[in-house]
Amino acid sequence: MKNGARQIYLDNNATTPVDPRVFETMRPYFSEIAGNPSSIHSAGQQARRAIEEARARTAALLGCRVEEIYFTSGGTESNNITIKGTALAQDKRKKIIASAIEHHAVLEPCIYLRRFGFELVKIPVDQHGTVDLDSLGRALDDNALLVSVMHANNEVGTIQPIQEISKLAHQHGALFHTDAVQTAGKIPVDVQAMGIDMLSLSGHKFYGPKGAGALFARRGIRFDPLVHGGHHERNKRAGTENVPGIAGLGKACEIAASDMAEEELRIRGLRDRLWQGIQGAITEIRLNGHPDQRLSGTLNFSVRYVEGESMLLKLDQEQICASSGSACTSGSLEPSHVLLAMGLPHDLAHGSLRFSLGRFNTEADIDRVIEVLPSIVDQLRAISPLYKK
Amino acid sequence: MQYSEKVMDHFMNPRNVGEIEKADGVGTCGNPVCGDLMTFYIKVEPRNHDPHLARIAEIRFKTFGCGAAIAVASMASEMAQGKTLSEVIAMSRDDVACQLDGLPPAKMHCSNMGVQAIQEAIKDYLTKTGRHDIASTIKGCPRAVH
Ligand SMILES: Cc1ncc(COP(=O)(O)O)c(C=O)c1O
Repeated sequence: MKNGARQIYLDNNATTPVDPRVFETMRPYFSEIAGNPSSIHSAGQQARRAIEEARARTAALLGCRVEEIYFTSGGTESNNITIKGTALAQDKRKKIIASAIEHHAVLEPCIYLRRFGFELVKIPVDQHGTVDLDSLGRALDDNALLVSVMHANNEVGTIQPIQEISKLAHQHGALFHTDAVQTAGKIPVDVQAMGIDMLSLSGHKFYGPKGAGALFARRGIRFDPLVHGGHHERNKRAGTENVPGIAGLGKACEIAASDMAEEELRIRGLRDRLWQGIQGAITEIRLNGHPDQRLSGTLNFSVRYVEGESMLLKLDQEQICASSGSACTSGSLEPSHVLLAMGLPHDLAHGSLRFSLGRFNTEADIDRVIEVLPSIVDQLRAISPLYKK
Repeated sequence: MQYSEKVMDHFMNPRNVGEIEKADGVGTCGNPVCGDLMTFYIKVEPRNHDPHLARIAEIRFKTFGCGAAIAVASMASEMAQGKTLSEVIAMSRDDVACQLDGLPPAKMHCSNMGVQAIQEAIKDYLTKTGRHDIASTIKGCPRAVH
């Protein structure tokens, strides 16, 4: 074990560290300005202003109106409100359409709704993880309530043709929702231009705090709340607001809006350097995800003859944090549903490795991975019964 | 994933890795589809028909799998080394998990098949030496649960 070595964090799609500027923005709202935003006294009203400022910053990031933003506890909750909330607010349409590679936070609420007479139709993806538009077209009819397709996938980073998808949905009178948890704050999201009716985002994926997220719902869209109680968030999400979290989320949106283009390029450069280095040093690997329509920080690939968790453990011994779609890391017996939906055979899905880069990564981080990964793969291949030299 | 120090030790420094060219017995459990696969090779001495007398003189393995699978294979190989075939047939997967100071619950079934893979190798040996009577009583690999 290399104790004392600097930790290299390359799991930014799982979560990101809070940006120090975000942290500074949050700090006063723990104890200095501790009022309840619903109170009429000045301590409460200061907190209220923090929330409304955050709302304006979040709306600016998405190009929507402030009253179309609802603060939630994160991506999971925003997805749940969208799916269950729209389904239960009407009784005409009974079909929900989602891509096969959605996050569990989309798929599970859909599966839950089957008990209430709703149908989930999963749309397949191609080898790169791009949604098959023909299948989507065939699934759409006037029973379709909602189409939910993520903007970019968390495991492989593939970016979907959102405009085309939303257009198809609207042609059949269905609502269009996108889980933008992996893209908000990283690449431009314009709800008008992209034809988005509802959108989920999460603070902790772009240097904001955990437990703070938002739902965008276009004005006029009907959806029921999941949490009933007081009049918070325009009656859509009861409960005293997470003021520091929301303030932090707003700051994260503001930073993202101003630094996005530059940051995207820098991270892409690091990611490409990593992939080149790895390709030069390790044989029999294959990229998972779209070759170019892909999040700039995501690098997912499969290493033949080796299992993912064992690579992660050895990387962790070198103080490198990454992730894998192997069954061992999913807590179930099946490897990633995303990789399987893309047509990967099981052994390659088990042998997948994901490095996701972010704001605080440096060239030195990348070079360290390129230095240690090849020997980790060599060691594991040397003991693998599948590997023949 | 919280692994014990012993698991990490066997994972990072697996004992008895490799193959035996003219093995007396070979046994494999698992498959790459479920993410864990291990193959054991044994040399038996004396090459006796009586499992109470025949011992595992040399043991080697190869594993494709998670950290637990590698550690299990390594520990099981250490435990079987030098033992008589009957002693190894009497060993259970729980003995291996116990020697490793425990395994996470999710790993108990799919990754913990080192003992069975060695027993498969013994079964192979006993079959080749004509002891079908004993070979047929060895259960061998766990069935995959899905
Ligand atoms: C695509 C996607 N959707 C939803 C979520 C859940 O977001 P949160 O952790 O904010 O609930 C995640 C993160 O795990 C994600 O990657």
